[in-house]
Amino acid sequence: MSTKLNTALFNKRILVQAAKESVIKLNPALQIKNPVIFIVCIGSVLTTIIVIAGIFQGNFSSFNLQIAIWLWFTVLFANFAEAVAEGRGKAQAESLRKNRTQTIARKIVGKQELTVNATELRKGDVVRCLAGDVIPSDGEVIEGIASVDESAITGESAPVIRESGGDRSAVTGGTRVISDWILISITTEPGNTFIDRMIALVEGAKRQKTPNEIALSILLSGLTIIFLLVVVTLPAFFSYSLSASGLPLSQNLTIPVLIALLVCLIPTTIGGLLSAIGISGMDRLIQRNVIATSGKAIEAAGDVDVLLLDKTGTITLGNRMATDFIPAEGVSAEELADAAQLSSLSDETPEGRSIVVLAKEKFNIRGREVHQLNATFIPFTAQSRMSGVDLKTDDREIHMIRKGSSDAIRTFIQNNNGFYPQEIQNIVSELARQGATPLVVAVNKKVLGVIHLKDIVKGGIKHRFAELRKMGIKTIMITGDNPLTAAAIAAEAGVDDFMAEAKPEDKLKRIRDEQANGHLVGMIGDGTNDAPALAQADVGLAMNTGTQAAREAGNMVDLDSNPTKLIEVVEVGKQLLMTRGSLTTFSIANDVAKYFAIIPAIAISLYAGKNGTGPLSALNIMNLASPQSAILSAIIFNAIIIILLIPLALKGVRYKPVSASAALLRNLMIFGLGGIIAPFIGIKLIDILINL
Amino acid sequence: MTIQDFIQLVFFFVLLIGLTPVLGNYMYKVFSGKKHIMLPFLGWLEKLTYRVSGVNPDEETNWKTYTFALLVFSLTGFVFAFLVQLIQSWLPLNPEHLAGVSWHLSFNTAVSFMTNTNWQSYAGETTLSYFVQMTVLAVQNFVSASAGIAVLLAVIRGLAGKSTDKLGNFWTDLTRITIYVLLPLSIILAIILVGQGVVQNFKHYETVQSLNGLKQIIPMGPAASQIAIKQLGTNGGGFFNANSAHPFENPTPFSNLLEMLSILLIPAALTFTYGKMAGSRRQGWTIFTVMLILLLTGLIISLYAEYSVNPVFGHNHLMEGKETRFGIVNSVLWSVSTTAASNGSVNAMHDSLSPLSGMIAMINIMLGEIVFGGVGSGLYGMVIFIIITVFIAGLMVGRTPEYLGKKIEAFEVRMAIIAILLPNMVILIFTAWACVSQAGLAGLNNAGPHGFSEILYAYSSVAGNNGSAFAGLNTNTVFYNLTLGLGMLIGRFGVIIPVMAIAGSMAGKKVTPPSSGTFRTDNSLFIGLLIAVILIIGGLTHFPALALGPGVEHMLLNAGITF
Repeated sequence: MSTKLNTALFNKRILVQAAKESVIKLNPALQIKNPVIFIVCIGSVLTTIIVIAGIFQGNFSSFNLQIAIWLWFTVLFANFAEAVAEGRGKAQAESLRKNRTQTIARKIVGKQELTVNATELRKGDVVRCLAGDVIPSDGEVIEGIASVDESAITGESAPVIRESGGDRSAVTGGTRVISDWILISITTEPGNTFIDRMIALVEGAKRQKTPNEIALSILLSGLTIIFLLVVVTLPAFFSYSLSASGLPLSQNLTIPVLIALLVCLIPTTIGGLLSAIGISGMDRLIQRNVIATSGKAIEAAGDVDVLLLDKTGTITLGNRMATDFIPAEGVSAEELADAAQLSSLSDETPEGRSIVVLAKEKFNIRGREVHQLNATFIPFTAQSRMSGVDLKTDDREIHMIRKGSSDAIRTFIQNNNGFYPQEIQNIVSELARQGATPLVVAVNKKVLGVIHLKDIVKGGIKHRFAELRKMGIKTIMITGDNPLTAAAIAAEAGVDDFMAEAKPEDKLKRIRDEQANGHLVGMIGDGTNDAPALAQADVGLAMNTGTQAAREAGNMVDLDSNPTKLIEVVEVGKQLLMTRGSLTTFSIANDVAKYFAIIPAIAISLYAGKNGTGPLSALNIMNLASPQSAILSAIIFNAIIIILLIPLALKGVRYKPVSASAALLRNLMIFGLGGIIAPFIGIKLIDILINL
Repeated sequence: MTIQDFIQLVFFFVLLIGLTPVLGNYMYKVFSGKKHIMLPFLGWLEKLTYRVSGVNPDEETNWKTYTFALLVFSLTGFVFAFLVQLIQSWLPLNPEHLAGVSWHLSFNTAVSFMTNTNWQSYAGETTLSYFVQMTVLAVQNFVSASAGIAVLLAVIRGLAGKSTDKLGNFWTDLTRITIYVLLPLSIILAIILVGQGVVQNFKHYETVQSLNGLKQIIPMGPAASQIAIKQLGTNGGGFFNANSAHPFENPTPFSNLLEMLSILLIPAALTFTYGKMAGSRRQGWTIFTVMLILLLTGLIISLYAEYSVNPVFGHNHLMEGKETRFGIVNSVLWSVSTTAASNGSVNAMHDSLSPLSGMIAMINIMLGEIVFGGVGSGLYGMVIFIIITVFIAGLMVGRTPEYLGKKIEAFEVRMAIIAILLPNMVILIFTAWACVSQAGLAGLNNAGPHGFSEILYAYSSVAGNNGSAFAGLNTNTVFYNLTLGLGMLIGRFGVIIPVMAIAGSMAGKKVTPPSSGTFRTDNSLFIGLLIAVILIIGGLTHFPALALGPGVEHMLLNAGITF
């Protein structure tokens, strides 16, 4: 799903659907969930009633009608924003549903195999899945090994191996067994499976307001109440001013005008976009193939200031690379490289390939095809713990080239009645001490030398960590290596701290310590023994390839199982909070201009001299054409700005890894200062347009 | 403005800025229970107080107990003040045989002094006996100020404490503030003021023959002791009706300087104390700077307004209502300081200020009395705005907003909103009510927008617990005494209770160590931001009312129309 799906910001189908939804959402029971927009909704109803009553009383006011129309548009636009955000999630959910066809499961009861409906499976049931079966529900492999196509949830077409025991035992309902068979113990109740939860999440059906969203809603409601007070007390102030100017009280402010003023002042922009921002935050994570169990987790990701990162896969390339050939006494480096390359020609492991490449780079020894050499490839086995080739040379002699761990090669040499020199043992020990992996190369009974395999720090990772540091995030590298190696890699990668020889319980303790010091910790894990730490961390990102225990413990799952993802998750979290703050600032800053449009318009007759223009028209600094057009322009601007800001709400404000102060300054300039200036321009333009 | 005026202004602000860390540091020592200079002289009094009252000074309480103690204390003070006024004719020290005070005026005055507002619907010399002035008003001047500072101390402990629910002991704080801060400062100031000619006696009012042959009654009384605390404790309730425009309250330019300085002294110094107690002096100076900038901005606009050519009279030094002995600069500096600092004492009549400087006085109050503000109350009011600012802007850096390392969450936002909402509700709703009710309009002496300004000013003044008046509005009526009294109660406790709740909730939170990802609250960017939020929230709430009052008046004045 996700990236493979249609995620274009606006696609026609979503827009049409959203337009329909925005009308359906007028249902008061739904509308009341958003207090700010609910107020606008009440205002629209009131104004509409006044317009209709006016028609019956024979004094139809087209001005009031226009206010009513734009008030309705304000509500609809806000609903539309939410519907568009939901629509994008729904599109993703639909493609998920397609995979969740009615599945038949082979349930094991006693010794029998019953065919049952997948929905009837309960936690603890055991099912057997054969090649071609769709796995009926989430579970844990308890017996067997199989390759499974998980493209339904990951979008990745290459099958993965699932086997009992170890860290690759979790299976997801809706994925398909391609080969072999497995026995699965079901771990979730129906309706609560991974896919069910994903659908619920992307649809926003179970979306609960996040802590920051709740706090922001309170602020917005508070501002709404303040402005409500301002508006309801205004007629009293006007009544005093009207008497003082010798005008009849019948000239007091009308309800439609008061409602227009109220709607302009209350934070409708952020109020209308708030839930769209929240939904799209979830959406952006899903586009990165990360599923969060709650919106709260995404927010927490923005707050994380300590990241626990596994060395392997995150900081270093998952595999070690050959970096040097160290020949034994009396052997040339080239000779060693040639043998090493020959031994690795059919070795498809990344280590093997790196040896071929290194030999080519260093000595320009070109790779040869094994079958052309009349050679037999000896693959790596757990028993022999070495690999290589048997070469038949012209003299009919068989050259057995082997590479492997020093112990394995020593045994190999000794079996061939050869001599394993102490000098090689010294090199091996020295490399091991540095944290590198030494591979010994031998031909028949002679040791040629040692290949130096080393961890390679990922390109650009140092820069990434520097960015994180700028954002105030501390990185801690977790590795099972000894402290010396760990320190060397930590220094090379530029992490702030490292934990060497780390056991799962060490991770848990470290997380607790950091949290006790007030930090929020994010970590990645996949194994069952990572589960406690994942649960303890504020953001626990579980690998999809990991165990069911790990996936349950974390509050996010990375479908790509890419450990670098944690950094992106943090960025999504930050972007979400920034978008909310920026649009709130923009919304409040907008009010300044609206006052300058509406106050002079409604107070024009007060204390007026002979020309009928009161002193407060001096506040009409935008020089709007008439009181009516001023009020209309303000309210039109107020409605249209919601539509204009939908793309920003969905995409999020631009995110850059900079310090808090720099980010603040940037957003303040754009949304604070911009928020003050933009409506002056916008309202003036609308005023010009409607007076054409 | 002359060069002397300018020098005087600079001198005033140099003194203020210079004394802030000195007094601030001293108060820090007192409030944190450290050794300090007054301990050898007054330590016995503190110990005696605890022994007599049975308070265990080391027993710390949570926010609810602390607040409850404060409420009980305030209520007791109110009941005593209310009753004593009613029966003052039967009590001693009443040489002029003043009658008992009406119930509604007594209510208003009791609330007024208990809430540190010192709104005066009465005229001191013709209404209250020396006994009431001394046992009720002077005492409340001390303890209402102490209570305000006590709340601030609890708030600071809540913000700066590390995962605790204890905010200190109200009774201990009250005792220490009164004995070590307010008492010594008041005694020093009172003695200097007596030296300058402020009266301090129990004599009958004197009747003298004036130069043009008329008889004049000159009121007497124990004024100096009360004036000292009225200035220092941001109370502002004058001994005489004319307040510090009366020569017996404020006889010389030197006394004028001291009284002006006293208005801002403690509120300014508390910002330093705040920084020290919060563990970062920069935080304190940041708040000080915000307050100073707002004060100076108001001062400059006011001075500009008073020195511009009046379009009606054609000249630019209108002295009507100004302190004629000290000149325009001293009148304006006082009016700006007293409204900014929730003091409310006056040496010039705000009613006669030009519309713009009258508007500045009003805005100072409407912002919530946080530009230095009342002792304690100014700073805890500022904390409310800091929380709102941190919340809005904090989101913009992509983290859950935090202040002093503690997260600002839904509860804090809700309480902050309530604390902002309630005083503004008082201003808007009561002003609206007065504008449309017979009882409200009956008190007016001026027509047009100026009359509106008078009502608006009165309710702003009580909501902000300022106590100064635009005058020109007769408020000694049942309607005004009750609505204004209610306004003072809401303005005081409608802020204290939510801010204490914030302190209680913040106290228990974990502190996140600062990093470069932390939203900083001690740099110039934050200063600008906080000022902007204060002005925008205050401005948006009161823009219409200000436009219809002083705004209209200013524009009409430019067109040559007065009221």
